[in-house]
Amino acid sequence: MVCEPVRGVSPAYGRGMPRSPSSPAFWRSPLRGPWFTSVLGVVLLVGITVLFVTGLLSYAAYNPDLSPVNDQTPDKGLLGFYLFAWPTDPSWLYRLTQGAHVTLGIALIPVLLAKLWSVVPKLFALPPARSLTHALERLSLLLLVGGGLFEFTTGVLNVQLDYVFPGSFYPLHFYGAWVFFAAFLAHAVLKTPAALRNLRHGLPDRKGELVSPNPAEPTVSRRGALGVVGGGSLLLFGTTVGRGFDGPLRETAVLAPHGGPEPGSGPGAFQINKTAAAVGIDARETSEDAWRLVVEGNGRTVRLDRAALLQLPLHSAALPIACVEGWSTSDQWWRGVRLRDLAALVGYEADTAPDVLVESLQRHGAFRRSALRDNQVRDPRSLLALFVNGADLTPDHGYPARVIVPAAPGVLNTKWVARMTFGDL
Amino acid sequence: MRVPFRRPALGSPLQLLLLACSFALAGYAGVRLLADDWFGVALWLVGAAVLHDLVLVPLYAGADRALARVLGTAGHLEWTGYVRVPVLLSGLLLLVWFPLISGQVADRYRSATALSGDGFLSRWLLVTAALFGGSAVLLVLRSLRLRRARKQRPSAVH
Repeated sequence: MVCEPVRGVSPAYGRGMPRSPSSPAFWRSPLRGPWFTSVLGVVLLVGITVLFVTGLLSYAAYNPDLSPVNDQTPDKGLLGFYLFAWPTDPSWLYRLTQGAHVTLGIALIPVLLAKLWSVVPKLFALPPARSLTHALERLSLLLLVGGGLFEFTTGVLNVQLDYVFPGSFYPLHFYGAWVFFAAFLAHAVLKTPAALRNLRHGLPDRKGELVSPNPAEPTVSRRGALGVVGGGSLLLFGTTVGRGFDGPLRETAVLAPHGGPEPGSGPGAFQINKTAAAVGIDARETSEDAWRLVVEGNGRTVRLDRAALLQLPLHSAALPIACVEGWSTSDQWWRGVRLRDLAALVGYEADTAPDVLVESLQRHGAFRRSALRDNQVRDPRSLLALFVNGADLTPDHGYPARVIVPAAPGVLNTKWVARMTFGDL
Repeated sequence: MRVPFRRPALGSPLQLLLLACSFALAGYAGVRLLADDWFGVALWLVGAAVLHDLVLVPLYAGADRALARVLGTAGHLEWTGYVRVPVLLSGLLLLVWFPLISGQVADRYRSATALSGDGFLSRWLLVTAALFGGSAVLLVLRSLRLRRARKQRPSAVH
């Protein structure tokens, strides 16, 4: 690469330091170079691919194609091409995929920032475009950088319940992911061969694109700098991963939401997504006298109070709660009536039980109505739970009755259930 | 590059095709992304890139350069890493968990989860103190090792 004379540099300025960031000599860090960028790029290539796949899985886990009440993105069109019936096995499936999605996303932030830092001189490079392709590539980089930062930012804000972004999280994060991934894919195809070539050379480079022609005195080696980036990732990982476990492990998540000690004490002392008070559940509605479960289907309607539900066959299942926000609990011991037995009350055979629409007493908030697919209804571990860990459900865990389905995202495990309508959706 | 004069360069046709596919997909998702509040979303998307590239990067790169200059002038350029790394790690935690650390979502967090929304700030300060403390210990150990090495050097030279 030829070092051109630097334009826009006043000889009287500083020690001949160029003032314009479009000049390569403006950028003085001795760390920048193809090898450094390639290492970070390959880590992101793998990491973001995992984020994208686990994100698509989370989207499928909501069964958005089952019913409008599950679908936060009704205009998805072709983007829902891969949707499938979300399975109920293994019961920790969503706990794993969504825990990986959020934890990996958080741990990748330092890598993303370092990668963007390593290529920032290119943002100012002149001429703006050498060819039509080059112009389009630079435009695509705006979608890559803007889209990537948008995805990471909305994700990080959402897990902290800081809903400052312009709209509902689901469509923003889902459509944003496709915009970002479109640009990411093009970038990966264009750059991966060169990145792998740079890595195969092995030795940190002394010349090539991004290498400063006028480097400052090094204060850290390239490997040392990568160590710092990796250390940042480890720090974030180490203070986040515990929110997918209980007890002392959760306490290690010192800065992450749903880390630290469990809420309250006793059998109901495990993580809560929305408390009864937060969604306007009135204790008078859930009392023994007032509360009735309405089961509908096949043109029949059955009303049951809690005492009548307790007369039905009760079953137990050990199942976790796993939230889209990436936190989860280990298995809790639920006890209640099988969903397929409730379907049988309105005349459906256990093996042919259909989908169900579940409605909560909840006054406001998303997913106060949600739909479960027939494979979820038929699973013998899917319960309308009345007890957890040997005691009545607490108000915050959905007393008098809540749904619990293996491998389903937390919000589909409707709490304070008032009505269940069985039938093909 | 030997581009004939005045003929606009096209570039690689294969790359052009790839980029066209990428824009088509991004456009398909983009119109849906912008459907509700196009201005707000566009502002966030472009704003994120601009804020990062034109504010965040100059800010931390400038701070880093100033740190190296101050320590270099004081004759301790090798201390840079011992300040830079804890600042970077602590700043990273602050950047990621700012809503919780600043307490701006404390009420909503408490009301939704029945967990305490306070304490994130003090825990972040503790982690920060531990990072700086650890860095200081490493610096002291390094200085001791250097001093010992310097003492041993005269006998080693022969």
